[in-house]
Amino acid sequence: MAGELPTTDEATQDSGAAPGRRAFVTACGALAVTTLLVELGTDLEAEEQAEGPERYDPREHYYGMGIDIDKCIGCGRCVEACKAENDVPRDAHSFRTWVERYVIHADGETAVDSPSGGIEGFPEPTGEAGVLRTFFVPKLCNHCANPPCVQVCPVGATFTTEDGVVLVDEEYCIGCRYCIQACPYGARFLHPTRRTAQKCTFCYHRVVRGLVPACVEVCPTGARIFGEVHRRSSPLERFRRFNEIQVLKPHLNTDPKVFYANLDGQVR
Amino acid sequence: MRPMQGYVYPNEFELHWGLLIVVYPYLTGLVAGAFILASLARVFNVREVQPVYRLSLLTALAFLIAAPLPLLAHLGRPERAFEIFLTPNLRSAMAMFGFVYAWYLMVVLLLEIWFDYRKDLVIWSRGSTGVLSLVRRILTLGATDLSEGALRFDAGAGKLITIVGIPSAFLLHGYVGFIFGSVKANPWWSSVLMPVVFLFSAIVSGIALMLLIFMISSLVRFKRVDMACMDKLAAFLMYALVVDFSLEMLDFTQRLYEAEESIRILSQMLSSRLVLSLIVLQVLVGTVLPLMSLALVAPTVRKQGLVKVPDELRRLIYFVVAVLIQIGIFSTRWNVVIGGQLFSKSLRGLTVYKIELLGIEGMLTAGAIVVLPLVILLVLVKLLPPWPDAEAGATAGIGLGLAVSPARR
Repeated sequence: MAGELPTTDEATQDSGAAPGRRAFVTACGALAVTTLLVELGTDLEAEEQAEGPERYDPREHYYGMGIDIDKCIGCGRCVEACKAENDVPRDAHSFRTWVERYVIHADGETAVDSPSGGIEGFPEPTGEAGVLRTFFVPKLCNHCANPPCVQVCPVGATFTTEDGVVLVDEEYCIGCRYCIQACPYGARFLHPTRRTAQKCTFCYHRVVRGLVPACVEVCPTGARIFGEVHRRSSPLERFRRFNEIQVLKPHLNTDPKVFYANLDGQVR
Repeated sequence: MRPMQGYVYPNEFELHWGLLIVVYPYLTGLVAGAFILASLARVFNVREVQPVYRLSLLTALAFLIAAPLPLLAHLGRPERAFEIFLTPNLRSAMAMFGFVYAWYLMVVLLLEIWFDYRKDLVIWSRGSTGVLSLVRRILTLGATDLSEGALRFDAGAGKLITIVGIPSAFLLHGYVGFIFGSVKANPWWSSVLMPVVFLFSAIVSGIALMLLIFMISSLVRFKRVDMACMDKLAAFLMYALVVDFSLEMLDFTQRLYEAEESIRILSQMLSSRLVLSLIVLQVLVGTVLPLMSLALVAPTVRKQGLVKVPDELRRLIYFVVAVLIQIGIFSTRWNVVIGGQLFSKSLRGLTVYKIELLGIEGMLTAGAIVVLPLVILLVLVKLLPPWPDAEAGATAGIGLGLAVSPARR
């Protein structure tokens, strides 16, 4: 665009010349202005788009999620939202997020279930011994800072983004399922028709547009908190400041970035 | 079929690695085992097992050619398999497959076979015309020099490659063990002993396989089975089996004694899902019974074995033992691969493996892949006869008046 401007200037300077040339110069000027306008128009469009992904700088972010166990009511809205948002297969063995229910009986036995990933809520708990207490645990990919799945992928199809999200390149995954074996949390599955590994992306397509993941968006009790891990103004940092935080399977040194508040020791 | 028990993560309902991944370590184990046996014969100059030297090399090659097939067939997107070679993730154990495989196939096996057969190839292709002869001529790669110096070079190079080959065979199968042993998410797999156990079970299976192939090939060719060779193989088999079993027991004891978080679900799995495949097939039928039989009849501590039995009976016992060991080692692979996925990583439940008959990951495919190496071996044996009496020194060489050494020492 900058290259076009001198042309217009030249045209203006030449405007006092002979009449034969005047028409030509006017035509040239008109052409230049038109070009300029068209250029400007395209530029405006580009600028509009830039407010989306183009302007997004992953180096400025580092994401994690907080989950407040005490707030989860096991309604399964997050599971439903995730399936809808990410086109997750509707079967009962493919989940990017799911909700587990822990029922601790009076005799000390712990029963865990997650019927259809909890997508339709939970039936009444069963068991002869009385119920001591119950709670729900939403699960998803922990987006580990030290991810075993990324380490084992033979072709590097699964990787960590600069903003701390573990993703799978669907065009590149060979479907060997080593990452599924390496994940200690059962967070990955093989897509039944695409035959590649899939998992939670933190709704990366939403996040880069400044939105929160679908599961966070729909949670009626605010049990899921999404945000930046190391930014003081982030809701996640606030969550981490005011709660005692635990992560899943810390002994495996995967360094998860999904942080649980009020997590029971029974949860694995 | 037993139903699911307890709680299993929703994504764990189906096993991700099935029968084909059981076949893969089984095949590579046979490769490594057969090659290590061949190396024993060559590097340590064990005279009795010389008759199986070439046969072992060809067997290793046949099984190595088939070894990547189960992996390929099991991939979700097999058409992208070559990416492992083009853009490997260097931190991935699995990505190393391409390199370990290529090294072993190209540098170790093919070279060793070529140097060993070069002289014979030249002589065989000289003697006759026809397709076979043409192929053999091509296989000489134009190196037809049969001078004493050239032959000495062949022998030297062959020996050097064998020496490099032993650690390579260890690498090949130790690496397969590492694929499983390094998965920290899985308490059934995660063990530093895994590569070592894999290695010794590979040696056991390889020797047992060579025993079978040698015996059957002798019968098919109407030759007397070389009992000195069989006895030596049986003795080696027993030594390897002792080491293998000790390592497995060590691993087992260690797990039981440490009694980590996972011990409850693992013992539940053992007593409900793996009774047949682990306790009966792997331990009793595949290890204890062969061990006892070999201890009784194979000449190990004494020249004659503890019980003196006639050759025919001993041969039969060896045959049965070798078959049992194959069943046992296959069960071992099964117990590692399938067993490692029958319990949930939540350590709260057990799932079931539904094996399919048809389909790309079914029993038919797996069966075909197991049989394929034997077919390849048949072709290789036609092309490169490994029998001592087929060596050029015994036939054509003399006719051509060449100074060739008699039977290999």
